[in-house]
Amino acid sequence: MRFHYETDYGDSQRLLRYAGDWIAWLALAVALLVAPFVLPRFMIGELSYIFILATASLGLMVLMGYTGQVSLGPAAFVAIGAYVHAVVLSMGVPLPLSLLGGSLATAVAGVIVGVPAIRVSGLYLAMVTMAFSIIVEHIIGRWKSVTGGHTGLPVPDAALFGYSLAGPKGFYYLCLAVLVLVFIGLVNVLRSSIGRAFEGVRDSEAAAYSLGVSVPAYKIGAFVLSSGVLGLAGGLMAHHVQHLTPEGFGLILSLELVLMVVIGGLGSLRGAILGAILIGFLPRIISMVKPLLPGASGQQFGLEIFIYGLILLLFVLFEPTGLNGRWLKLKALVTHFPLYRRDTFKRTKTYMKSERYR
Amino acid sequence: MPVDFAQIVQLIVNGVAIGSIYALVAAGLVMTYKATEVLNFAHGDLLMASAFVCWGLITLAGWPFWLAAPATIAAIALLAALIDMLAMRRIVGQPQFAGVMLTIAVGFMLRGAVSLTFGPDARNLPTPWSGQTTRISGVVLTNLSFVIIAATLLVTLALFAFLGRTRIGISVQAASQNQLAAYLSGIRVKWVNSLVWAIAGALAALCGILLAPTALVDISLWHVVLKSLAALVLGGFGSIAGALVGGIGIGLIEQFAGVYMPDGVKDIVAYVILIVMLIVWPRGLLGEAHGRRV
Repeated sequence: MRFHYETDYGDSQRLLRYAGDWIAWLALAVALLVAPFVLPRFMIGELSYIFILATASLGLMVLMGYTGQVSLGPAAFVAIGAYVHAVVLSMGVPLPLSLLGGSLATAVAGVIVGVPAIRVSGLYLAMVTMAFSIIVEHIIGRWKSVTGGHTGLPVPDAALFGYSLAGPKGFYYLCLAVLVLVFIGLVNVLRSSIGRAFEGVRDSEAAAYSLGVSVPAYKIGAFVLSSGVLGLAGGLMAHHVQHLTPEGFGLILSLELVLMVVIGGLGSLRGAILGAILIGFLPRIISMVKPLLPGASGQQFGLEIFIYGLILLLFVLFEPTGLNGRWLKLKALVTHFPLYRRDTFKRTKTYMKSERYR
Repeated sequence: MPVDFAQIVQLIVNGVAIGSIYALVAAGLVMTYKATEVLNFAHGDLLMASAFVCWGLITLAGWPFWLAAPATIAAIALLAALIDMLAMRRIVGQPQFAGVMLTIAVGFMLRGAVSLTFGPDARNLPTPWSGQTTRISGVVLTNLSFVIIAATLLVTLALFAFLGRTRIGISVQAASQNQLAAYLSGIRVKWVNSLVWAIAGALAALCGILLAPTALVDISLWHVVLKSLAALVLGGFGSIAGALVGGIGIGLIEQFAGVYMPDGVKDIVAYVILIVMLIVWPRGLLGEAHGRRV
C-alpha cells in the first residue's frame, strides 16, 4: 500500500513520481532501443507494425475512450493519411513534412465527420462513421488518376535527411519515435483541461455544458485530434505495406482498431497499447498454433476471425474494462496483497444510458 | 437519354425486389432493436450462414429445396435464440455500446465458423427458380424478383398479423415498449426476447435463401446488412413499416443510380443517403412520433 505524501506543489503534476516508475520506464526504453540488435530481422518488422497499430489505437482511444464518440470507421482516416503521405512523398517532399501533411489532411477529414457528430451520437454516430469509411474506400477505388485505384499505389522508400529508412532497423526507429511522440503528447493533452473536457463530454454532456464546456467544439476537437493521429499512423502504414490498395483499409481494419481499443479498455492509453499488442500479435500466434489443429480448422482467415470474435465476446461479457482493467486489478492485488477486495472494482458508472423513455 | 419504358419497368421491378430484401433484413434488425435495444450487427452473418447451411443441405446432403429451406430457417432461428440466451441476456442494462461490440463479436465468430466449415470458396445455390425469366409485354424479368416480392409481402403481412392480433405478438410489443411493466403484467420478458431473436433469425435465414441466388453463396453476403442500416435510417428507426418503405426506397434509388448516374455511384448512394438523412432528418420518413435524440 502506498500513500501519496506531497511535499511540493509540483508533486501532483509529475508523470513519474517514484523511483520504481523511473526504473520501469527506463528499462522499457532500453529494451525497445536495443531490441533491433538482438531480435531476428522478421521480429523487427513485426514490432514496427505493432508500433504503427499502437499509434493508430492511441488515436482512436482519444475519440472512443476519452470522448465517448463511437467510431466504426477509423480505417478511413488511416487510409487518407496513407494515401496523402504516399502521394506527397512521391512528389519529392521530405518525409517528416509529408507525414505531417498526411496527418493534417486527415485532420481536415476529421472535421468533415466531426461536424455531423454534433447532431448524431451513440449508435447513429457509429453508423455515420461506418458509412463514411465505406464511401472513402469506394472513392479511393474509383479515383484512379491519384490513387491508382484497385491496382494500387507504390509507396516510395522512407528516407530521413539523406539516410534511407527502408531497412527494418531504420523503419523500426521511425515507428518507435512516432509512437513515443504521440504517446507523450497524448498523455499531456489528456491530463490538461482539454482532456478533462473530453471526459466531461463523455460522461455527461449536460453537465459539461453547465460547466461552460463547449460540447460541439470539443467533439470536433476530439475528431480532429484522433484523426490526425490516425493519419500519422496511416503514413507509417503506407511504408509498412509498401503498396497501397483500398482493400487494405476496409471494414476489417476498422473493426481491428475498434477491437484494440475495446479489448485494451476504454478510457486508458495503456489499454490502447496493450490492445494493439494483443491484436497485432494474434495472427502470428494463430499461425503458430495452426499446424497443431486438425484438418480443415487450419485455415488462417476463418480461424483468425473466429478467435477475434471469441476474445471480444469474452472481454465484453467478463471483463468490460479490458486489459487495462485486468492490469489495474493485478496491480492492486500485488500492492494490497492480503487486503485485496474484489468489490474495489465494482462498476458504478456507465457512460451511455438507455435512450428509451421508461 | 431517351426514356425506355421496358428498361424503367425492369429497373422498378429489380429495385423493388432487391429493396424487399433490404426491407426484410431491416425488419429483422428492427425487431431485435425494439425488443432488446441492441442493434444486431451479427444479423448479416446469420443471413450469410443460412445461405451456406441451405447450400450444404441441398448440395452435400441432397435434400430437396422445399425441405432444405424450412430446415435452414428453423436452424437459424434456433441459433439466434441461443445467441440471445447465452450472450445477449448477460449484458442487459449495460451501455448500448456493449451490445454493438457483443453482436460484432458474435458476427465474427459466425463468419469464422462458416469459413472454417465450408471453406473460402463462393458457390451457387440451386433453387427452383434459378435462371428462369418471365416475359411480360416485351419486358424480361427474372422469376426470382417475383418470388422475393411475394415472399416479402407474405412475411410482412404475417408479421403484422402476429404482432397485432395474437396474444404472444402483443406481449412482444409490450415487452419492447416497457420491459418492467410487461414483466409486472405477467409476461415472461426473457422468453419473449429470445422469441424475438428467433423471429429475427428466421427473417435473416429467409433473406439469405432469397438473396443467395442473385449473387453467389459467399462470406461477403453479410454486407447486405450495411445497406439495410441505410434503409432503416431512411425509413425511420424503430418501425417495421419504416423498414419496408426505407428498404424499397434504397433498392429503387440504387437501381436507378446504377443506370442514370456516373459509374460507381450505385455502390455508395445508400451510404450517402444514410449520412445525409441522419444529419438532416434523423427521424426518417416514418419515424416514431416522440423525439428521440439520435
